[in-house]
Amino acid sequence: MSEVLTVPKSRRNVEALLLVVALTVAIGANWLVGLDKENPFDSAFWLQGGTLAALALIFHILLRFRAKYADPVILPIVIALNGIGLAMIYRLDLALPADAQPVAPSQFLWTTVAMGASIATLLVIRDHRMLRRFTYISLIVSAVLLMLPLTPLGVEINGARIWINVGVGTFQPGEVAKITLAIFFAGYLSTNRDLILLAGKKLGPLQLPRFRDLAPMVAAWLVSIGVLIFQRDLGSSILFFGLFMAMIYVATSRVSWVLIGLAMIAVGGYAALQLFSHVALRIDSWINAFEPEVFNRNPGGSGQVVQGLFGLANGGLVGTGLGQGRPDLVTYANSDMIITALGEELGLIGLFAIVLLYILLISRGFRAALGTRDGFGKLLACGLSFTIALQCFVVIGGVTRLIPLTGLTTPFMSAGGSSLLANWIIVALLLLISETARRPAVKGPVRETFSEGKQNRNTPATDPTREVTA
Amino acid sequence: MNQAIRRSWIVAMSMFALVLGSLTYVQFFEANALENNDWNTRQILQDYGKNRGAILVDGRPIAESVPSDDQFNYQRVYNEPEMYAHLTGFFSLVNGSTQLENVMNEELSGSSDDLFIDQMVRLFSGAQAQGASVELTIDPQLQQLAWDMIPEGQTGSIVVMEPATGNVLAMASKPSYDPNLLAAHDTSVVVQNIEQLAQVPGLSIYFNPATQSLVAPGSVFKLVVAAAALETGQFDAESTIPNPPVLDLPGTDVGLPNFTTGGCAARDTADLEFALEQSCNTPFAQIAWEVGEQAVLEQAQEFGFGERFFIPVEVAASQFPTELSEAQLAQSAIGQFSVAVTPLQMAMVSAAIANDGVLMKPNLVKAVRAPDLSIIDEPEPEVFRESLSADNANLITEWMVNVVENGTAQNAAVPGVEVAGKTGTAEVPEQGDNAWFTGFAPADNPEVVVSIVMQDVDIATGAQLTSPNAKRLIEAVLNR
Repeated sequence: MSEVLTVPKSRRNVEALLLVVALTVAIGANWLVGLDKENPFDSAFWLQGGTLAALALIFHILLRFRAKYADPVILPIVIALNGIGLAMIYRLDLALPADAQPVAPSQFLWTTVAMGASIATLLVIRDHRMLRRFTYISLIVSAVLLMLPLTPLGVEINGARIWINVGVGTFQPGEVAKITLAIFFAGYLSTNRDLILLAGKKLGPLQLPRFRDLAPMVAAWLVSIGVLIFQRDLGSSILFFGLFMAMIYVATSRVSWVLIGLAMIAVGGYAALQLFSHVALRIDSWINAFEPEVFNRNPGGSGQVVQGLFGLANGGLVGTGLGQGRPDLVTYANSDMIITALGEELGLIGLFAIVLLYILLISRGFRAALGTRDGFGKLLACGLSFTIALQCFVVIGGVTRLIPLTGLTTPFMSAGGSSLLANWIIVALLLLISETARRPAVKGPVRETFSEGKQNRNTPATDPTREVTA
Repeated sequence: MNQAIRRSWIVAMSMFALVLGSLTYVQFFEANALENNDWNTRQILQDYGKNRGAILVDGRPIAESVPSDDQFNYQRVYNEPEMYAHLTGFFSLVNGSTQLENVMNEELSGSSDDLFIDQMVRLFSGAQAQGASVELTIDPQLQQLAWDMIPEGQTGSIVVMEPATGNVLAMASKPSYDPNLLAAHDTSVVVQNIEQLAQVPGLSIYFNPATQSLVAPGSVFKLVVAAAALETGQFDAESTIPNPPVLDLPGTDVGLPNFTTGGCAARDTADLEFALEQSCNTPFAQIAWEVGEQAVLEQAQEFGFGERFFIPVEVAASQFPTELSEAQLAQSAIGQFSVAVTPLQMAMVSAAIANDGVLMKPNLVKAVRAPDLSIIDEPEPEVFRESLSADNANLITEWMVNVVENGTAQNAAVPGVEVAGKTGTAEVPEQGDNAWFTGFAPADNPEVVVSIVMQDVDIATGAQLTSPNAKRLIEAVLNR
């Protein structure tokens, strides 16, 4: 692993420059959206732009002190994405009837909370390796979080039971469970890699794992299927399983595990298709979206995805321009379908730009995984980055009818506080991991005080991955 | 592990490549098909949700778009809807648009090329699209007067215009309807309203009776035959024509009579002046025989017959039949058989005679104004036809003045003003008659042309609803 050399440069000034660009995009989009109003520069506009800039500045300064060598691209990208999302949610608010509850103010509030939480994460954790101590606690927390919606606290919205009522509003604990599950998998797999790797029979070219080593795989599968059955949330279910698949593959470098995982997904998916009408309806409205009875079926019809396609088509290559299209015709335009709203008004060019931001963000995450020296950090960065990529794929693939539409948020953009909060915490974790990846190795005290005993396994000299993949 | 990380990254990038591909497919390759999909309401919403320009009469909107709370953002509203319905037409989600709403759509919706600079400014400022407003030549007082002259339940049309410019000052027809019923955004309500309006006898929401209904003109058509007689040079003011009470129609067992009660019986022969004054049928039948079907047809075309045109709303082509037998030609000469005219067409015949033989193109639009009120189009008066020579026009004017002074249109006389006019009564099979008046005033310097038709009436009611109303309209214009 040490062959990945990082030039020890702080690059915080680059980040400052990029932040100015990102804030210009974010605040500029908000200004464009408000142009139609009598007074686009009202107090809300200044408050929002000012707060976003102030939080970005605090974040940046904190990084200068706490994580000087953290990746300089991640924060500006996320600020830009979050800002564009806020502007689009605000734009959709303007299309609402006068008596409807606006969404943008609460999304803005959540943005500040999420950025605050991200800053707090940086302050509290300091080094991601300390999270390894919470491997099994994370598992318990994940289980509790995932169970919460099934308790009396839970709220059912549109058939899915993934929210809980927290007094001021609803919260989706599954979003946070995404992080704790990633921490658990990273901790578990980095500790037990050798056992999983070396034991087991060989069948032709495939090294089959021992049955008992399959336990975490089965656990992940059960979590995914459980979410699907009890919470009727196909999107989160795919996400959890994808997260685990990516992490176990990175931990073991074994394609056999991926094949086993895919087989399990196929079995689970087929069973779900047979057993649950909502899954079957999703598939039906994906394949037969343009059949009249499917289009008009409510609920479970293809009306939403087809309207989204109309929106994207209306945007075409260059888009209608912010505020000039009719993205409000698509149901859930500000959350699950925000990609269609952006595609309609910013066009294919705009969506390409946004997707490129995600590509950059995720690539930086993978880069941090490559660069960091500990297995736990590698797995965590990889898993979290892959989750964001998978989420983008499921969302954009869903709205473009590449795959069936599942209700997932677009990271950093969709309206939804829990998703925003979770993703901003992921940003803090990726920044921390990138800091260890990019920090000059000789500098400062070695932070191994945080890691547990089996440290030697992760040192470059005895990297078993090399031997296996060579 | 790093190899696996790189491979995971490749998987992630492949997923992004897939979504970029599918976005390109939807937004670029498939975009056209999706935009033309029947379920795609975006174009409709775009058209129907625009801040469409107003249609104005004397500065006041008779059709305007007001902000609404539904998904369309704007609602089309018609003020004094029934009186102006046949002019504005309607702008409906279900049935498209008609009349001015249809022919002026580019201007009203703001998509006209004349609004190009406006569109560019909007593109960069992000301001809401707004259409141009269309100001009509209609005089609201005259329109109201004309509207009130047609009794409820009566089918009829009144056209008032300026002969020198062709500008239409009033154009009213009954039965009418409320276009607001068709502009509702709830399509089921609109469908229901359309069904109800279809039950109203004599009403079609798709036609403006004044410009698109074709009715038998009866004796007012004699003006066209008189013009043909003079223009061919075969007749002049001195010509005398036999005036038998009944004319045998060759090849039939019926005859063509003069009105038994009328003044025609006073003379055995008639000149054109007398034949017009008393509206004698038999002399005109003989004139038509003399000049021939072709000459009458050509003269009719000189007045605008046989052509569909736009003012800018559509005007149906008035018809003079061809390949006629002698009997049919005789009947056509007095505006019977299958001669069919629009109320506007008869106003045009009078207008050409009034304007020294020059027929100006009728016109409804005074100005098209951009949202900033700057004028982007102001139609100029336009010569439509040189219908007849000035001398002949003046001769017929004299005879028409005589009709009002001594003949059948005496009820149209205005004290102190020379009024030129001609009445007509067309018999319609299995219906009451069509009562007509067409004329203009003052005869020496015409300011106003009036054409009135009341359909399916008895002779007494018809007479009551035509010439006296023409008089009031002429007075109203001259006293403006």
